[in-house]
Amino acid sequence: MSDHSSEAGSHGSVKSYLTGFILSVILTGIPFWMVMSGTFEKLTTIVVIVILAVVQIFVHLKYFLHLNFSEQGKLDTYSFLFAALIIVMVVGLSIWIIYASNAMMMHN
Amino acid sequence: MSTTHMNTHDAHDAGAHEEHHDTGGNTVFGFWIYLMTDCLLFASIFATYAVLFMNTAGGVSGKDIFELDFVLVETAALLVSSITYGFAMICAHNNNRKGTLSWLLVTFVLGAIFIAMEIYEFHHLIVNGHGPDSSAFLSAFFTLVGTHGLHVTAGLIWMLIMMIEVARTGLTGRSITRLSCLSLFWHFLDVVWICVFTVVYLMGAV
Repeated sequence: MSDHSSEAGSHGSVKSYLTGFILSVILTGIPFWMVMSGTFEKLTTIVVIVILAVVQIFVHLKYFLHLNFSEQGKLDTYSFLFAALIIVMVVGLSIWIIYASNAMMMHN
Repeated sequence: MSTTHMNTHDAHDAGAHEEHHDTGGNTVFGFWIYLMTDCLLFASIFATYAVLFMNTAGGVSGKDIFELDFVLVETAALLVSSITYGFAMICAHNNNRKGTLSWLLVTFVLGAIFIAMEIYEFHHLIVNGHGPDSSAFLSAFFTLVGTHGLHVTAGLIWMLIMMIEVARTGLTGRSITRLSCLSLFWHFLDVVWICVFTVVYLMGAV
């Protein structure tokens, strides 16, 4: 019985899916519009689309993948946080190393 | 004696039942751990793309070949397929077999549209001489977008198998567990696509 109710908590309702969907449409629409219209400066555009992508990822994690800190769901969340740490390190450090090495090559 | 026997039997049954439910939860959790390792695969391909995308070997760059209105339609297909899969899961938990099958079919069609558009894009690029062998940028581009596309294709095959299973045996506990795993897989691919359209298409075309 308790198993069933906790299961019900983890798979969302029509309302939560619709909320997630509407937020996603907005968070997808704005960056496409910014780039396609080309009215903003390059740096501004890049900063805004990266921020909106991160926000949209969190929206998907909450409303579609149902990550939460409940007794049942926290193992999923912690394993995601660990994976996210590794991803930030792999991607971030690769970019740092290669771009720094490119910059040094330019000077020589 | 016989009542004791009955009681232990009952207790054993209840235990087995509990264990079965637990196994379903463990299966979904195990699948989640697999998805986290898949994240690392995508992370390394994204890192590769990030360090190679400027190396166009005198050929085309992202600005020359990306058509954002085309990518926007692809994105819309995948985004809508996420919510339709959500509706399939809600129907499955309400034991609504027909609803589950219909929503799975809608999701499948949207996923197939996405893959068809991606194959068209790849074909178009290769025919115009911008294949993966042209430059480091195009190698990284085809690897990244192609790996995501292969995942979506695997998801479509899985979805087809689930539609057959649900149509033939109904919504058993086992098929709900499998549908839950596919749900994670499908929504996970949508999250990866957010990174793809932001990093590859939008930042490439800006």
